[in-house]
Amino acid sequence: MTAGSGLSRLEGHDKVTGAARYAYEYPVEDVLYVWPVGATVASGTVTEVDSTAALADPEVVAVIDHTNAPRLLPAVTADELVLQSPTVAYRGQIVAAVVATTIEAAQEGAEQVLVRYVEHGHKVVLDPEDPDLEQPETTNAGFPGTSIKGDVDAALAAADVVVDTVYTTPAQHNNPMETVAIIARWDGERLLLHDSNQGPWAAATAFGMLWGIPPSQVDVVTEHVGGGFGSKVWPTAGAVVATVAARVTGRPCKLMLTRQQMYTMAPARTATRSRIRLGARSDGTLTAIDHDALQYSSVIHEFVEQTGSATRTMYASDNLRIRHRLARLNLPTPRVMRAPGKTPGMFALESAMDELAYALDLDPLALRLRNEPATEPASGLPFDGRHLVDCLQAGADKFGWASRDPTPGARRRGRWLFGTGLASAMYPVYQQGGKATARAEPDGTFDVWVAAVDIGTGSRTALWQAAVDALGVPPSQVSIHIGHSAYGQAALAGGSAGTASWGGAVRKACLELSRRVAEHGGAVPSDGLEVTADTAEDQLAPDRARHSYGAHFCAVRVDADTGQVRVDRLLGVFAHGHALNARTTHSQLLGGMVMGVSMALCEQTVVDPRLGLFVNHDLAQYHVATNADIRGLEAHSLERADDDVTLVGGKGIGELGIVGSAAAVANAVFHATGVRVRDLPITPERVRAR
Amino acid sequence: MTDQLRGDVVLRVNGEDRVVNLDNRSTLLDALREHLRLTGTKKGCDHGQCGACTVLVDGERANSCLLLAVAAEGREVTTVEGLADEDELHPLQRAFIAHDGFQCGYCTPGQLCSAIGMLAEVADGMPSWISADLTATPDLDDDEIRERMSGNLCRCGAYAGIVAAIREVADG
Amino acid sequence: MRAFRYARATDPGAAAALVTSQPDAVYLGGGTNLVDLMKLGVLRPGLVVDVSRLPYDRIEHLPDGGVLIGGAARNRRVAHDEGIRRRYPALARALLSGASGQIRSQATVAGNLLQRTRCPYFQNTATPCNKRDPGSGCSAIPGAHRDLGVIGTSEHCVATHPSDLAVALAAYDAVVEVRRPDGAEVLVPIGDLHRLPGDTPWIETVLEPGDLVTGVQLPPPPDGAVATYRKVRDRWSFAFATVSVAAVLSTDQVRLALGGVAPKPWRLTATERMLAGTDPSDDDVRAATRAAFTDARPLPENAFKIELAADLVAAVLRDLRTAGAVR
Repeated sequence: MTAGSGLSRLEGHDKVTGAARYAYEYPVEDVLYVWPVGATVASGTVTEVDSTAALADPEVVAVIDHTNAPRLLPAVTADELVLQSPTVAYRGQIVAAVVATTIEAAQEGAEQVLVRYVEHGHKVVLDPEDPDLEQPETTNAGFPGTSIKGDVDAALAAADVVVDTVYTTPAQHNNPMETVAIIARWDGERLLLHDSNQGPWAAATAFGMLWGIPPSQVDVVTEHVGGGFGSKVWPTAGAVVATVAARVTGRPCKLMLTRQQMYTMAPARTATRSRIRLGARSDGTLTAIDHDALQYSSVIHEFVEQTGSATRTMYASDNLRIRHRLARLNLPTPRVMRAPGKTPGMFALESAMDELAYALDLDPLALRLRNEPATEPASGLPFDGRHLVDCLQAGADKFGWASRDPTPGARRRGRWLFGTGLASAMYPVYQQGGKATARAEPDGTFDVWVAAVDIGTGSRTALWQAAVDALGVPPSQVSIHIGHSAYGQAALAGGSAGTASWGGAVRKACLELSRRVAEHGGAVPSDGLEVTADTAEDQLAPDRARHSYGAHFCAVRVDADTGQVRVDRLLGVFAHGHALNARTTHSQLLGGMVMGVSMALCEQTVVDPRLGLFVNHDLAQYHVATNADIRGLEAHSLERADDDVTLVGGKGIGELGIVGSAAAVANAVFHATGVRVRDLPITPERVRAR
Repeated sequence: MTDQLRGDVVLRVNGEDRVVNLDNRSTLLDALREHLRLTGTKKGCDHGQCGACTVLVDGERANSCLLLAVAAEGREVTTVEGLADEDELHPLQRAFIAHDGFQCGYCTPGQLCSAIGMLAEVADGMPSWISADLTATPDLDDDEIRERMSGNLCRCGAYAGIVAAIREVADG
Repeated sequence: MRAFRYARATDPGAAAALVTSQPDAVYLGGGTNLVDLMKLGVLRPGLVVDVSRLPYDRIEHLPDGGVLIGGAARNRRVAHDEGIRRRYPALARALLSGASGQIRSQATVAGNLLQRTRCPYFQNTATPCNKRDPGSGCSAIPGAHRDLGVIGTSEHCVATHPSDLAVALAAYDAVVEVRRPDGAEVLVPIGDLHRLPGDTPWIETVLEPGDLVTGVQLPPPPDGAVATYRKVRDRWSFAFATVSVAAVLSTDQVRLALGGVAPKPWRLTATERMLAGTDPSDDDVRAATRAAFTDARPLPENAFKIELAADLVAAVLRDLRTAGAVR
């Protein structure tokens, strides 16, 4: 067995038989059920929490609010500081929690809690004319809020052709199939959790901060996770309230957020508005790129989506300006959702590139090839493995792009209008240090421990393959153990860095253990041999621009009568270097593309300005792509040796597939209909608005 | 008729009668997960909007989240735990593994039960909304599988693998 | 969810006696909407009378070519019935377009007709809604109403009726069988079952307490008719209609009913009169459809539904004329 093969998932059997245990599913004696109560005003102060009616039910054990909750310490965002003050910053913010002996009593108890408020004014609309917009110093992931190279205004004034357009993406919710779920227990000053998260070590650290205890006193088990997509990177308000309830009652407490609660008690992706200005010479050479990005955060915490960050690196231009502005709204603090910044930002940039191609009467592929940079445009750094052109050309070949007639709205058969479009994709390479332990037993078996988590990425399988490879022993002798904070400091499943980061530590530990076994002449002593490796010092130097790349080619049909859009084909070619497991890599890329189609055509969280409300807070009203919406998917991988920059070779893949895919769909819709939809999602009425 | 708000309910699950004292408010889903310790059936939305809780009731696929447990008395309930024959996986379970028809796995039990119910519907001559001829014997092409499986959301986007797995089993 | 007593009815008389014994009693059919709304706190019954096992699940084809469908018949079974598929294709297709395979297995015909609006404010007890909480105000009119009604609505409520089945039944001139608590049988034309909101949006049907929908009667379809049901929605499956149309076309008549636009299935009687016996162009059909919206009250976000309906009706009639029946 070698890494990189298409091995099926180690936990496959457990997942298809129902044996795989997710956080909420561990049997616990004497357990209580927790049901949070969300604020029904968008801004205000709680004046009274009347729990009389709720407590009248003998099955209700406690009602917790800001007056009787234990104190928490600041950790990641203010949203997690549940029940600490009477201030309401957004609708749905947790103002009370009911704890009961049955799930039914907890839910009904929550209905019976009567909360009174003094209401204040609220603001929930992302508005470029908002007088209170902030200009943040930095964005999420540490990009500068503003980057300026050259003189964009002068270049725009001198350009032969200018595209000046505004693109918007709505707030979107991650909506993992498993909502936030947790079982919390206190054992003295130790906090024991079965928790659905994207990194048990990170969870232990954050819960420890909240409770003022070291991470070593927080034991987090996260064996299986029903999806995250960013929503479970940090402890959510919903999860924290379970630990509060366990503290107050002294009993184990379990909580699973309802789908509706997920819209405010777990994070989302901000709405964005990108004004893109591109200046070009008539031959297609870009002379100016300007990306003015607006997004929101809550009024209690600053989170700045890095909406303009992809624009820093995509196309050559002597004049480049990227600005981020931030509105502060009475909405939950938005946080990361699959490819934060890149996903909305690349919808804008790649749509604008398509518009520029039409303005120049140039093929959209040729326009991109013409503006391939020698060094990273914003930073000036040399690239490590820049394979955008490879992806575009390989995709064009596979898709049959060369025969495309660019004329919009010119292909009708029956009721259908047909069109094709392309867009580029990129995602940065991240890798974090962390620990892994490998142990050899005298009987010839090996165990490897790393506080990784498999949220569906296939990391468990890939890490096991990395261990088998590094140890060079028969696969049947190697066991991998993940999903427990006790295995030591480790990265989380975020930034597409999880498997590369954990894999680096696993590989290092296993190589060192192999060496130690060899030192013993291959005979493992009776008490075994154990190595703990730490990759803190083995990180990538910040002297290169390192990204994965991709290209999407999309074919759509649009119902000429109704404006409904159907994606017939979406082909992606991705350069991400060495894949630890070809099968799960392929699935991840396809999954990203599916979410891209979903984002392009369906997804939006609707905000009611008057009530300060996320209106469509369930899966009947917040549409994600169904099986019927997805056909003709193809993902192809280009493995290029100079992409093998992380400790295990390849670059991240989890987020690459979504980036740019919505633009490919929108560009294809334009080609089919002649209608440029600049606001997602692409609904029938937007297509019909000629 | 009883004045009781709860009582003993006999649920027949995976061929076995299970007596459980339940609040009338308890759904079949919560009864399975919280009382019978059959946690293979998943809660994704609790409102019939995602399909994660799909089980077979008298052989037909159903959302266990919308079925009151007390109303399920006398029905034959099959959950994901009842699909395999001893240690021998159901062909669909094997096909889901072979085609990587899941990532996080949380929608998988519902997908499997739904697919089994769906294939039985097809064998029974049931058309779908997209069938061109409602009276013809169904031709289960990929688009038909997609339409018929659309009551089961997969946020990881494993739809291609799900369709391939069902295709393989449908084609025998 | 409020704690409730549960009773499984064994005969309709006993069921009616139970459900009229206290004001907060409800009938339970498939439960796909009732249990949903109970979980949301929108409905808080104290007694649930399960009528799903009463003997009202027949599907009986009559000598005159009509059909009787029991109120407790499950949507899946109705759509699967060969006679329905052959003779009432718009009905079968409407059912098959609704919800998911799972829901269709569970939901009953009566429950489908009596299901409540999916207006997001009706479903959210933390917001004002005249239908759920009379006099509290309509949140949708000044709020998010893109999916809501454009015609038959009022200044108090713009909710739509979400059923696909009801739209097809309207096009087939169905009659609803109602059993009164005293055992009397009453027949209600489908077009009279649902009431418009006016200034009492919480009163949705003409049914009285204890009335049980035991079935629907469909007269024979017009001789030589072709029919279909088409649905525009925000994704390709498992979504409520943005606009839908049931169309029954024969040589001398056309029947059209719309979903997604009104508080009830909306028959386009004016359009039908204008088009009957003609060979209209697409533009004729659009104009005739627009004529049915003279009294519409479109809102900023949903005004597009009128033109969409016109285009959809034109497309469906064009297809019916040329192909016989298409989706």
